[in-house]
Amino acid sequence: MSSLLPSVDLLSVDRPPIPAPELDYLLLSPLLVVAAAALIGVLVEAFCPRGPRFVVQTALAGVGALAALVLSVVVYTELDVVEGAVRGIGETTGDGSVVIDGPGVITWMMLAVFGLLGIALFADRKLEGGLSSFTGRAADAPGSADEAEAQRRGVEHTEVFPLAMFALLGMMLFATSNDLLTMFVALEILSLPLYLLCGLARRRRLLSQEAAMKYFLLGAFSSVFFLYGAALAYGYAGTFSLAGIEAAVVGRSGDDALLLAAVALMAVGLLFKIGAVPFHAWTPDVYQGAPTPVTAFMSAGTKAAAFIALMRVLFVSFGGVAWDWRPALWVVAAITMVVGSLIAIAQSDVKRMLAYSSVAHAGFLLVGVSGAFGGNEGGNDITSVSSVLFYLTVYGLASIGAFAVVMLVRDAGGEATHVSRWAGLGRDQPLLAGSFAIFMLSFAGIPLTGGFIGKWGVFAAAWSGGYWPLVVIGVVTSAIAAFFYVRMIVVMFFTDAEEGGPTVAVGGVATTVVIVLAAVGTVALGVLPGPALDLVQHAGAFVR
Amino acid sequence: MNEYLALSMILFTIGAVGVLVRRNAIIVFMCVELMLNATNLALVSFSRQHGNLDGQLAAFFVMVVAAAEVVVGLAIIVSIHRARRSVSVDDAHLLNL
Repeated sequence: MSSLLPSVDLLSVDRPPIPAPELDYLLLSPLLVVAAAALIGVLVEAFCPRGPRFVVQTALAGVGALAALVLSVVVYTELDVVEGAVRGIGETTGDGSVVIDGPGVITWMMLAVFGLLGIALFADRKLEGGLSSFTGRAADAPGSADEAEAQRRGVEHTEVFPLAMFALLGMMLFATSNDLLTMFVALEILSLPLYLLCGLARRRRLLSQEAAMKYFLLGAFSSVFFLYGAALAYGYAGTFSLAGIEAAVVGRSGDDALLLAAVALMAVGLLFKIGAVPFHAWTPDVYQGAPTPVTAFMSAGTKAAAFIALMRVLFVSFGGVAWDWRPALWVVAAITMVVGSLIAIAQSDVKRMLAYSSVAHAGFLLVGVSGAFGGNEGGNDITSVSSVLFYLTVYGLASIGAFAVVMLVRDAGGEATHVSRWAGLGRDQPLLAGSFAIFMLSFAGIPLTGGFIGKWGVFAAAWSGGYWPLVVIGVVTSAIAAFFYVRMIVVMFFTDAEEGGPTVAVGGVATTVVIVLAAVGTVALGVLPGPALDLVQHAGAFVR
Repeated sequence: MNEYLALSMILFTIGAVGVLVRRNAIIVFMCVELMLNATNLALVSFSRQHGNLDGQLAAFFVMVVAAAEVVVGLAIIVSIHRARRSVSVDDAHLLNL
């Protein structure tokens, strides 16, 4: 295929100077403010004295995430309507490397909220007696004298805040990147800080380090698959831009084998990030081993960013070969739902159960994606993009809330995560157990919680896309999944407490606020889903 | 040109097989780096085939990302080695089903 083309001597040809890309700073402001918060955080680390550093870093990260939220809302109101092959709002900037469109900006808002809630959990210092839930000095071996000394002197890793902001930046860029190279760089910006954050737990450090190593090795492995897929897509189309690849795919201007290999390899990389079966093996280990605030943040944020990126690649670039990838995605969605739900039943650790539940939810979300429904004439039916956006919001809120509750249920050894230790929690702490019950009901998709509307949305999108058997499988697995969610409620409210059961620690005000906000949000999205559904419905399609 | 692509695919496969069968975390990590370099070779070959510079530019980005990944990866592996005096991925089995 290659020898047919004339070889061009790339160095000796006179080329015009490369023009500087035009950047629309207003549209990019949410990204820029998060990047600024992360970079200033690094400077604070270098120049701020140890005493006030933790508070300064918390405030900086919080302000950064809040500013990103406000600016995202401002940007959303600025978006222009684009009428083309598809109707959307937004435009590209930075020479087409970043696209600021309806779904992307809504994802920004969502991620900024998750970031804020995550930072609030990171900042809790009441649970460990005046220290954060991160190890004092990661370089010390667990159980060593150095570690004890660091603990005694109250040394803390305040780098976790800049790391979280870098991860947030990567997530936001990942959701709005418009070419494969930007997408790869964003993928790494989001992953590398998370690998480190996973290994920084204060308690059970061996477990935490092991989780970090597994996440790192498997994450690096999968991102290489994504990259090789991107290289093949470049080989097929001669460009990295999603729109350019779309044009090449529609024109069928290359080798079909190359195209299919590109789609498959990129899908492997992205499905790994969202934790779909058979690429889910890291999820339970990492969710269990990572410090719980990190688990909360990444379970919500990574999933949101990766799903939007997956849909952007599949719908925009490879929409022309949808009939080739949709059956594969169908199968992945089905086995993800079934495997995630069935294995979750067998779990006796709350964090691990929540991890498998996140796998199952990846399956439900994939149902919406594989529906690939872009709307019809009337525009009243919910589209795949809108339904996934709504589902990600309710899943993320409930997930952060649930992990925040896990942070508070403790015994002498730290968090008490075995299910049996949660017995009788509902009688001691009706409010805390009640909010956990709300999150469980939302995960299970019971009416009057956000989870119900979310599930209805993805199933409706798949139905409109003509994939009714997948909807049937989805409804059946929802019923199976409801079993272990309801079991948690039964354990908490209708089982007698063990001798010396866990005490519920009083967390910082911020942690309480996170749980309350997540619970209120979950219920509000279930009882009054109108405004949020309206927002995602008007996000329109992806802009190229 | 096709020879370069074939070489790139062979290197990528060697790397992938290495990740799956080797037990030492450092070797696993080196195999990932081999896969990254195989990708670079593919990018540069495609760049020449298409007669534009996008692929060569991408190869630079990949090198920078690979360097950043080494920093993070070795930090994690060294911290594990300090704790356990071993970097075998088989010894790391505290987290099980």
